[in-house]
Amino acid sequence: MSPLVEIDRLSKFFPIKGGILQRVVNTVKAVSDVSFDIRAGEVVGLVGESGSGKTTVGRTILRLAPATSGAVRFDGVDVMGLDATTMRRYRKRMQIIFQDPYASLNPREKVRQVLTHPMRLHNIGAPTEHEDRALSLLEKVGMSRDQLDRYPHEFSGGQRQRIGIARALAVQPDFIVADEPVSALDVSIQAQVINLLEDLKNDLDLTMLFIAHDLSVVEHICDRVVVMYLGRIMEIASAADLYARANHPYTKALLSAVPIPEPSRRRSRTVLKGDIPSPIDPPSGCVFRTRCPMATAECAKVVPELRPVGDGHFSACIHTT
Amino acid sequence: MTVSSKTEQGSAAPVLEVRDLQTTFDLSLKQSVRAVDGVSFDVNAGETLAIVGESGSGKSVTSLSIMRLLPKDVGRISAGSIKLMGREITRVSDAEMRDIRGRDIGMIFQEPMTSLNPVHTVGQQIAEMVMRHRSVGKSKARARAIEMLDLVGIPEPKRRVDNYPHEMSGGMRQRAMIAMALACEPRILIADEPTTALDVTIQAQMLELMKDLQDKLGMAIIFITHDLGVVAEMADRVVVMYAAQVVETAGVDEIFRNPKMPYTAGLMNSIPRLGASVNKKRLEAIPGIVPTLTALPSGCRFHPRCGFATEACSATAPSLEDAGAGHMIRCLRWRELSLADHARETA
Repeated sequence: MSPLVEIDRLSKFFPIKGGILQRVVNTVKAVSDVSFDIRAGEVVGLVGESGSGKTTVGRTILRLAPATSGAVRFDGVDVMGLDATTMRRYRKRMQIIFQDPYASLNPREKVRQVLTHPMRLHNIGAPTEHEDRALSLLEKVGMSRDQLDRYPHEFSGGQRQRIGIARALAVQPDFIVADEPVSALDVSIQAQVINLLEDLKNDLDLTMLFIAHDLSVVEHICDRVVVMYLGRIMEIASAADLYARANHPYTKALLSAVPIPEPSRRRSRTVLKGDIPSPIDPPSGCVFRTRCPMATAECAKVVPELRPVGDGHFSACIHTT
Repeated sequence: MTVSSKTEQGSAAPVLEVRDLQTTFDLSLKQSVRAVDGVSFDVNAGETLAIVGESGSGKSVTSLSIMRLLPKDVGRISAGSIKLMGREITRVSDAEMRDIRGRDIGMIFQEPMTSLNPVHTVGQQIAEMVMRHRSVGKSKARARAIEMLDLVGIPEPKRRVDNYPHEMSGGMRQRAMIAMALACEPRILIADEPTTALDVTIQAQMLELMKDLQDKLGMAIIFITHDLGVVAEMADRVVVMYAAQVVETAGVDEIFRNPKMPYTAGLMNSIPRLGASVNKKRLEAIPGIVPTLTALPSGCRFHPRCGFATEACSATAPSLEDAGAGHMIRCLRWRELSLADHARETA
């Protein structure tokens, strides 16, 4: 089966301007040479710490920010080169769920408008059907029909996130980018939204890129996981493989840093030294080498390529096998 | 009722004793809410007490009450007692309280950038604390600042002491804030979500650092968090708060192995666990939403969301009952429920 979304050597650099002439004095290398596929019906997790470029990848795929180089093929078509009119047809098929349920809803729009606007813009069904569609969307995300004429401020964070999800579903997309959709929610509400996303994935056969920093959440919801660090992919594996057989030293350190909610399993862990370097001037060779316990002189010389280390399992490290 | 500690009886009095604390916020002339409603706990020297809860549970207001940093004219301690090393601090003057903060109680907050002053160097800020509380001169205070930066693991402390906060990375700022909080060797450190804004590899560094400093300096820690993983990692004892009240408290092993209040058990079942992808199970979400303080349910405040609630739960407000060995539970049905078995089945 061919992938629904192919990300091919995607790079995104942000120029930093300075001086009186506002010349480009430097660049932030937010995403460098990122390639991976998302198959239809699959949920791919994109994890990393701040500055890893995970959010930029999500936004660039949807063309919310232009790519510096590389291609994103959606159903075989490179959407990076499409003109605005054609792109609109593709926008209908790709949607996004944002992290902050408070900032991502217009406070002056009732739920009715939030849900019917995208239908109108993209000519989904007859206008007379829009209200019925909005009502069934509300039910689908676990809210009641009488909430259609309420404003966002009348809802809790979890409910707002449900509305954000309903809005993304309003145009019946094939592909959804979910950017940290549960990070801003309370613990007891997180589980509700995770369960909702799983149900929707099964019912609607959704394809999703799930961006998160919480490895436990990612493992729970994703089929495959892409681990990023400083704009580059460190490892790609199935969720089960990643947790059972992590290959890359960064992935191992990341897994080991997660606090486990079992006091009897307090572990001695590999604590990474130092901070994440600045993406303005990332280390040469392997970007992780400055914090890597396995680093050698060799690591400064070459940028390690992703190599297969198992079935569908790739790792970018010259020292592991 | 009080929460007894796990340490041996008859030893030194607790560093901090909070009894029936009630903090009231006036929303308008007519309306006020109790953001903390009858909270009691002790913290002993060298011990880490975790206060766990979701937004609106009252965990942060509890810590602001202890530090007497409630927003003026809006929030006030309306009843109860807070004793720091035996001394009642709910009624000391603001000036005395300023002496206590920093010297006896250290504080660290979630966002280091907003807690450090951007126009002073990190060294100046630490030295200012030291001079204020220890009546030492400038050069001694500066030496202490360098010593503290070294202690919290900041490389090249002699150079870094002259850095402004913006010249440091997030992790380093957090270290600097810990250095400032501990510069006068307080008896108790209150840490309000200190690692929530940090990346997980940096969080791991901070948790190690705090444990290490506690071993060296012997201070008590109140660790306020919503993250059960961090609780399991750090705490000796745990206080679980829900809708302004303590709903359960116990030693850390006991509360994770044998939770007796349905809310605590619910929280534990609702978090995804690392390494569970082998046999993926659906998370057991707690239904409904966290109640607002202006519209609290009758009876048990958790009953509308509780899978074990009966008629009685909506009528009678349960009190915090002692199940022995320092395990306290606010639930009418705790004796008949076996949540631990339930938790094990679903785990």
